[in-house]
Amino acid sequence: MEIIVCAKQVPDTTEAELKISEDKKSVKIANLPLDINEWDNYALEEAILIKEKFSGFVRVITIGSSNADTMLRMCLAKGADEAVRIDTVEQLDGYLTSLLLAQAIKEQNYKFDLILTGVQSSDYAQAQVGGMLAELLNVPHATIVTKIELEGKSAKVERELEGGTKELLIINLPAVFTVQSGINEPRYASMLGIKRASAKEIKLLRLGELKPKVVIENLFIPPKLKKAEILTGGLDEATAKLSSIIKEKGLLR
Amino acid sequence: MSEILVLAEHRAGKLRDISLELVAKASELATQLNAKVTALILGWNNIDSFAKSLSENVDEVLVVKDKYFDNFNSELCQSILTKLILERKPILTLIGHTSVGIELAPNLAIQASLPLVTDCIELKFEDSKLKAVRQLYGGKISASVAVEGERFIATVRSGVTKFEPLSKAGKITVLKLDGKEIDYKKFISYIEPVITGVDITKSDVIVAVGRGIKDKENLQLVEKLASCLGGALAGSRPVIDKQWLGSDRQVGSSGKTVKPKLYFAIGISGAFQHVMGMKDSETIVAINKDPNAPIFDIAHYGIVGDLFKVVPVLTQKINELKSAV
Repeated sequence: MEIIVCAKQVPDTTEAELKISEDKKSVKIANLPLDINEWDNYALEEAILIKEKFSGFVRVITIGSSNADTMLRMCLAKGADEAVRIDTVEQLDGYLTSLLLAQAIKEQNYKFDLILTGVQSSDYAQAQVGGMLAELLNVPHATIVTKIELEGKSAKVERELEGGTKELLIINLPAVFTVQSGINEPRYASMLGIKRASAKEIKLLRLGELKPKVVIENLFIPPKLKKAEILTGGLDEATAKLSSIIKEKGLLR
Repeated sequence: MSEILVLAEHRAGKLRDISLELVAKASELATQLNAKVTALILGWNNIDSFAKSLSENVDEVLVVKDKYFDNFNSELCQSILTKLILERKPILTLIGHTSVGIELAPNLAIQASLPLVTDCIELKFEDSKLKAVRQLYGGKISASVAVEGERFIATVRSGVTKFEPLSKAGKITVLKLDGKEIDYKKFISYIEPVITGVDITKSDVIVAVGRGIKDKENLQLVEKLASCLGGALAGSRPVIDKQWLGSDRQVGSSGKTVKPKLYFAIGISGAFQHVMGMKDSETIVAINKDPNAPIFDIAHYGIVGDLFKVVPVLTQKINELKSAV
């Protein structure tokens, strides 16, 4: 089973106060820790699980600067066989990202039964790359996938709909699936894996320049339509105020 | 006259809310462009009633009636939409940023060679460009984006556009387009979530916990708070993904929609997918150590602090108040 995982390095902004750069076109991320996009991490884990079950080869491809090599080495440490980086520092839209990935896969003649990637990235959240890539490579696809069962030349996949409902599909391989969080429990890299990965080569690709279709004009902090009444005065006072509010509303029983 | 084309969605015999939300957005943009609004509905069961509902709010409804369209298959839908886009050349094709839109729109954009902007919370035409507002970094940052081109595809987030009935009498046109069986991508069945415990949609008090709880063992902290309030325990996506709570306890667009009298959001940042499922609760209380967490824009009351310190003291205070009654 030949599997390609498309992964992106993103800043961890879970508990960060984000600041916008002076030109209002990007977010200052220099001081934030960088990590694999959460959804792509699930895609990587699923690829490694499939390889462990059916044997095969897992190739991880990313687009970015040399900063992303740290993420690629972590993917290798977890069990990927090869890491490829398409070198660019440009800000790409979903279209360009998928175009570059498709171009690399075609030009390098990378064979695949499966391409896995996250449903979306935690930074720009466009949810476009998997579907566009499938169309550019002319293979079927499924998005928001929560379960993959391989059966010969096809896969049974569950994809998430709204309200807790899922749908079951059968899709012929090769195919592209975008993976939803929770499909598995991503592993941590072992020390031995990290040591081995540090010596592995990262393949560098340079592709032609392209122009995005969707351009950021300016970034801004979202206007607050409403703001919670923040209960202050320290732990004791704030919790006492909150308890009283709950009581006044008749919600103690 | 230019045209805005809207893809209407239905599931389980019902027209989905997003269909009319898209119609409302299209009508607003159509006024600006002096364009007509056309809705496309693909289906079989109940399709005539869907078409009638839509026709009361648009200029024209295009109906493709075929049993192959009864359940959504992106491949079939894409082939019809591509054909219509190439023939009718709508200035804008609007699709919901739903499980349908996410599956369909990116492929359609490539096949129809049109630019795509996804998950829009605002849309307008300005200086011959389509301009949209999107959210980045889980809603902490907004972006105004401009899309170059003459014609566009956009997906719009559910719940951001309010629908008001228009009392139109739109023309209903049945298109003679047949479906066909797609052998490389087949819909098999729907899978409904298994109810394992309490039905959280029926609870007056919900204590919901998110990523901030860090470990399954820590759930007992919030369980105690839920218990003293006589409420149900629920979770946001990260907690359900880790299987610390059953999937029937998930609140959000991919889980349950709840409207309790009191909703606690503890260690939950407030991503829109979660907010969609709880925003209409009567009283919302958020406890989070990040003062900039979007959940504080939805909550009525908030405590900025470490949940591991706040929740035990709050539970104690509530228990004291209860015993004093």
